[in-house]
Amino acid sequence: MTGLADALMLGAGWNAALVTIGAALLGGAAGAVGSFLFLRGRALISDAIAHATLPGVGLAFLIMAGLGGDGRNLAGLMAGAAATALLGVLAVEAIGRRTRLTEDAAIGAALSVFFGAGLVILTVIQSLPAGRQAGLEGFLLGATAGMLLHEALIVAIGGAMAVAAVWALRRPMILAAFDPGFATATGWPVRRVDLAMLAVVLAITVIGLKIVGLVLIVALLIIPPAAARFWTERAVGMAAIAGALGAAAGWVGTAISATAPALPTGPIIVLTCAALFAVSLLVAPQRGALAALVRHRLMRRRVLQRQGLLAMARGVPAADPAARAVLRGEGLIDAAGQATAAGRAAAARLMRDEARRALLRRLRPDHPALQSDDGLTPIDALLATDEIADLDRRLMRGAGS
Amino acid sequence: MNGAEFVQLSLTPLLIGVLAAVACALPGNFLILRRQALIGDAISHVVLPGIVVAFLLSGQATGPAMLAGAAGAALVAVVLIELVRRLGRIEPGAAMGVVFTAMFALGVLLLEQSDSSAVHLDVEHALMGNLESLIWFDAEGWHSVADPVALAALTPELPRMAAVCLLLALTLRLFWRPLVLSTFDEGFAAGQGYPVRVIGLGIVVMAALAAVVAFDAVGAIIPIAMFICPPGAARLMTDRLGAQLAWSVAFGAVAAVAGYLLAGHGPALIGLDGSVSAAGMIAVTSGLILGLACLFGPRRGRAAAPPGGRAGA
Amino acid sequence: MRTGLAIPPGPELPPAPAEPALVIRDLTVTWGERPALISVDAAFPAGRLSAIIGPNGAGKSTLLKAVLGMVRPLSGRITVAGIPVARARDRIAYVPQRASVDWDFPVRVADVVEMGLWRRLGLLRRAGPAERARVAACLDRVGMAELAGRQIGRLSGGQQQRVFLARALVQEAELILLDEPFAGVDAATERAVIGVLKDLRAEGRTVIVVHHDLATVRDYFDHVLLLNRCSVAEGPVAQAFTADALQQTYGGRLPAAYLGQIGLGGQ
Repeated sequence: MTGLADALMLGAGWNAALVTIGAALLGGAAGAVGSFLFLRGRALISDAIAHATLPGVGLAFLIMAGLGGDGRNLAGLMAGAAATALLGVLAVEAIGRRTRLTEDAAIGAALSVFFGAGLVILTVIQSLPAGRQAGLEGFLLGATAGMLLHEALIVAIGGAMAVAAVWALRRPMILAAFDPGFATATGWPVRRVDLAMLAVVLAITVIGLKIVGLVLIVALLIIPPAAARFWTERAVGMAAIAGALGAAAGWVGTAISATAPALPTGPIIVLTCAALFAVSLLVAPQRGALAALVRHRLMRRRVLQRQGLLAMARGVPAADPAARAVLRGEGLIDAAGQATAAGRAAAARLMRDEARRALLRRLRPDHPALQSDDGLTPIDALLATDEIADLDRRLMRGAGS
Repeated sequence: MNGAEFVQLSLTPLLIGVLAAVACALPGNFLILRRQALIGDAISHVVLPGIVVAFLLSGQATGPAMLAGAAGAALVAVVLIELVRRLGRIEPGAAMGVVFTAMFALGVLLLEQSDSSAVHLDVEHALMGNLESLIWFDAEGWHSVADPVALAALTPELPRMAAVCLLLALTLRLFWRPLVLSTFDEGFAAGQGYPVRVIGLGIVVMAALAAVVAFDAVGAIIPIAMFICPPGAARLMTDRLGAQLAWSVAFGAVAAVAGYLLAGHGPALIGLDGSVSAAGMIAVTSGLILGLACLFGPRRGRAAAPPGGRAGA
Repeated sequence: MRTGLAIPPGPELPPAPAEPALVIRDLTVTWGERPALISVDAAFPAGRLSAIIGPNGAGKSTLLKAVLGMVRPLSGRITVAGIPVARARDRIAYVPQRASVDWDFPVRVADVVEMGLWRRLGLLRRAGPAERARVAACLDRVGMAELAGRQIGRLSGGQQQRVFLARALVQEAELILLDEPFAGVDAATERAVIGVLKDLRAEGRTVIVVHHDLATVRDYFDHVLLLNRCSVAEGPVAQAFTADALQQTYGGRLPAAYLGQIGLGGQ
């Protein structure tokens, strides 16, 4: 465990520390910008971008090697990746806008075709004498082991630049994600904001290639936003939380992976993200699955109890066995299905509330309490005491006349 | 290349390629119309952890064990996507993204941990497939097609792929009406008493079956491309669904044949030695077909927006 | 009170059968933990034109979806002519909201109408001359015969609505449900559709329409359900469609001037 502690505290060597910082910055930027993609329902466009980098990596290698240079120069490979990824985005945009195909089909087409082209180019490279040792497969799944100092520096600086770009674009992205119509009306060039956002995604993808690889980089753009969505209803808050989750996953994942040889960085980072997502899905207080389940059960109970009591007030047993079970559980009917004293009192209270509600609806249909009323809440919780007293007086008078 | 060589070296890869393309293109038509085009992509990714787990459990990375593992993983993925979508109230695309990347990452991790490289189980191979190696070693020429001994030595991927293709075609024919109705107008189909949930799941299962069996024969990239490119191109050719399916089958088959031949003979044409990845080339060819359809397909544009605008649009 | 404009359900209609066409008892539906419908009771008379009225989010479409089996209610019973709805699906025709359909779908007008026959034709039996004639007759009835070969996205909104009405006609169902059929259609289509609906009523069929235009309720319908998650009022239009009930349904947000315009001002 000291190995992990060391790695977490950046004590596992200069290169490893740089990569850890770079991965954390990258994760943060990816989480934040991914939030805006997520809110616009375009999360998977990042998958097309990522897969479209492969032919660029291959072509860049061929060109650099052909010019007599080092085919493995990271900056050159990244430039190539960016170039074909850009083509991929443009293809998706063009197909989505010019034809009847929907964006998901355009994404799938672009990613499979560009990736196929990449495989073709990789086989060409492997057939070349210089290509045997190219090591381009590392871009598929990422490889941080044995990273050179200048490569680690590129990753760290790239991560910092991605964070800066997200920060600079935060306002227009929030506007465009929230209300494109309003953004357009107030003079923001929404299309250009969209393209700028995709450019940041593209940059993050290219920087992340060396660490997590092109198959998994998309996880950094999708999972942290999806996890963050559980914790907040606000776009800004979501981007901030997603950024924090992404940064944490990048940091912790890189550190864990540095502790042993058979722990590849990309998958570990992604699985850390996935663990954060699973926890969020289950336990988040408002949107989490457990909270929703509890609320749904409570709701069901209230509805069934109300039905059972209404039936009781009419003097008949509830038709729904589930309603009878709820009444029995609350001690409102006995084992034989007969109303208990508590049950009769509850039924009477419910009938009184129904009458009050009906009267209020007739007298004051615009009463604020009615606008948010779910029809199940006791009147006492909705109205002030004097209002209830007034309703009751009118009901008495109505009954008397 | 003479006849004997062609039958021995190229016939089976060509047939398998065509059958895989058709098997994926058929359900792909419905995936595209249901805006689930990327489910093929997701399934193809999760096949990796499936075969790694199957290898860890059975010690084999071929044949039935691998198929079972891949099918199991596809099933787990479909269930997980549905769970994340429902429990988390997350849109389908993002739910898919969460599930397939996490499962793929798990697959890579297990692979690294398990030193299964000894059995040629590596990621690259999984992606690229080995279409070129599916040769018919015992064939001596066209007459072998009628020779039971030679046929018995046929690579098992061919009959398996053919069976899946036939099964999918028959299923589509038999359940055509429920499939079309629940894809076009789910509310109406439900009102008519069709089990729309089961039908939706059935389409995903068909896609998973095609993806898993094709993956075994040709790798991951051909299924991903074939689920989308041929049906997408076909979508731009016609306004009738039956005709669209026919177009997609034709486009898939053309892409498979042309891609395979280009991969084998293309490099020689531009003065290079050897050959390039057939799977990659088939994907690229299908993309070229889609590109042409996007530029020239007679029905490439959206249907004219009705006067007065669409409600809700 | 205004008089004379409303078409009385009166003399040309035979008395409605005692058994209502659609009975809903104690229907509760929740979306997540929000109640969409709370203990709704309703009985739609057979052989009549009924409207379901209420503000946005009142649960009107949810009610139809529950009848169609598209959402599973938390509790409640739904019967069609006395039979549990799950066994009576073949008696129900449904015209969905236009916004819920993919208009780019590769299907032609005549194919859409033929879909109304698929349940009866089963999985494989082809539509024969008799079926094709019925499709053509229904298209003719809604005035869409010439456009039978068009892809459905290449129609106007009103034409699309008529095609879906034709699909409901071809089913020859006893109970026809329409979700906002007059939303975003031209006046000619609205007239044509309501004409067909009144013909259906004359044939003794039951028509239930989710409707949003309060001004036409008294002209078009015999029976009305005012819905705002709870059933606020239900009954013959003359009795249930009152200014008082509408204010309760819409939470008091209807201006008196508007109620006056639709002939409910004096109440």
